[in-house]
Amino acid sequence: MSAALPIGWVVLLPVILLAVTYVVVAADTAAAGRAAGRPVPWSVAAAVPGREAVRLLIGQRRRTVAGDELLRGVGGAVLPIAALLAAAVLPLGSRPVADLATGVVWFNAMEVLAWAGVWLVGWGANSTLSLIGGYRFVAQGLAYELPHMFALITAAVGAQSLRVVDVVDAQQGLWFVVIMPVAFLAFLLSAAAMAFWGPFDSPVGRDVAGGAAAELAGVDRLVFATGRWLLLVASAAMAVPLFLGGGHGPWLPAWAWVLVKTLAVLGALVALRHRVPTIRMERWTEFSWVVLVPATIAQALVVTLVVLGEGGI
Amino acid sequence: MSTTLFVLLSATAVVAGALVFRVDSMARATFLLLVSFLAVAGLVLMTGLHYLGLVIVLMMIIEMVVMAVFMIMYMMNPAGLVPMSMFHNTRGAALISAAVFVALASGALLVDWPARGGAAAPDLTSVLGEALMSGQMLTMMTLGVTLFATIVGTVVLATGRGRYDRLGDDLDARSSDDRDRGGVGR
Amino acid sequence: MNLQAFLVVASALLAVGLFGALTQQSIVMLMMGLELMLNGVILAAAAFWYFLAPAGTEGQVLIVVVVTAMAIEMAAGFAVTTAIYRAKRIDTTDDAAELRG
Repeated sequence: MSAALPIGWVVLLPVILLAVTYVVVAADTAAAGRAAGRPVPWSVAAAVPGREAVRLLIGQRRRTVAGDELLRGVGGAVLPIAALLAAAVLPLGSRPVADLATGVVWFNAMEVLAWAGVWLVGWGANSTLSLIGGYRFVAQGLAYELPHMFALITAAVGAQSLRVVDVVDAQQGLWFVVIMPVAFLAFLLSAAAMAFWGPFDSPVGRDVAGGAAAELAGVDRLVFATGRWLLLVASAAMAVPLFLGGGHGPWLPAWAWVLVKTLAVLGALVALRHRVPTIRMERWTEFSWVVLVPATIAQALVVTLVVLGEGGI
Repeated sequence: MSTTLFVLLSATAVVAGALVFRVDSMARATFLLLVSFLAVAGLVLMTGLHYLGLVIVLMMIIEMVVMAVFMIMYMMNPAGLVPMSMFHNTRGAALISAAVFVALASGALLVDWPARGGAAAPDLTSVLGEALMSGQMLTMMTLGVTLFATIVGTVVLATGRGRYDRLGDDLDARSSDDRDRGGVGR
Repeated sequence: MNLQAFLVVASALLAVGLFGALTQQSIVMLMMGLELMLNGVILAAAAFWYFLAPAGTEGQVLIVVVVTAMAIEMAAGFAVTTAIYRAKRIDTTDDAAELRG
């Protein structure tokens, strides 16, 4: 009894994600203006994503000497593809495009493709700072991946299933964020880290001249930036069915609640970017391994004991 | 199961695996190996092992990215800009590999394999989990202990400075003496 | 597709990996050969599970063990490479043949 949407939604999913991405880019522009003390009117902020996309589309691409263009192109293309594949198991409302029995693991596997993508982009430009950006992302990835996986496992244990629709159904009475707050926090941080967003943007930081994206221009940069935004939207949207009850809520239909909750999570992530400065890799790595990994393991243990005590599994 | 898909995936796996040792660029070699792994994961998914196939995809992507980091670190010609040949004993190895392939393939084709014993359970993931936790608990514990030993052993082998370098001879320094100060202060 | 086809493909992967493991001078490339061999073993284990004993879980547990062995081998191999490099500043197997140093 698959709860998947009709096959036509495969085309609609990227459109929906890109629409949400557009809104978030505009919101981020407005937030950046406010944080810099020069407020940007909403009409201007709403036009920024479209203008930037057109500017990058017609911009000139850049090739470096002895760079590996094949790997760079593949890496850049992998980012948005990974985000769209990971979003295939997102319930749009109450039904996802692909109702996989192991949806949680599918999400994890697809967003790990971003590691390969960013490293390839950093490597393919034959540029030192670009490579440093790629390495920073791998270091950041190694740091956030274990808490991320434990957070996913905790949500799956709470629902006793790896199917995302089952995880949503298990939150009928009580959202998971109430009983597994540490996992939710770890998931939010890892969602920001996987899209190298906000406090985790040292892979594309100013101190390495743009890092992995340093030598990207034109269409390459547009694809890379779109991939980054789509990853952020997809992973923030995944927090909704896993921890925030999916489409459950009074008065509004399921898809409206999913949209509202997703925008709320994205708003929190956008605010996080403009409030917290970039975290250095060594600080984040040590914090992640020494604090987050034991905390998420303990959280998983607590949830498992509760589920076993209630007679589950 | 689909024959075309099988032929496509197995050809991808073998050709990509062979190309790993032919390309000059080390980054391309690593990601060709990743392509080979993903093709094998696709074949595993075709047999119905959805969870294990996805776990293989997940682990192989992470492992190949880490391997790429080490490749670039240790190899003298990581981008393949200078064509060079890093082989030794090619003919002997080719003979041995060909002999091994012929032996294994002929074994696969000539052995009288038994009939299929039953059908797969509907929920393979939970069956695997229950097996690992009950009947195969010895395997699980062995894997757990081995993984822990690997973590400890690899850190001991790879680190250049130990506890006494970081925290003084009596391990009582107030904060550790690292070049990169971490976030927790230990 | 039947068991023989899967096993022939697995044998091919193992043979290619063996060739790589025997010929490569660089330690990291040698480990890639080992990874390819374990790749073949994973495919063979999956084929054996599906075509011979799908009702049991031994095949699946074998795949779990091989994947874990892959990870362990990679981690230990890179740690050993790092240690050798720190001691002798080389990264090829030919130079690492001596115990001295």
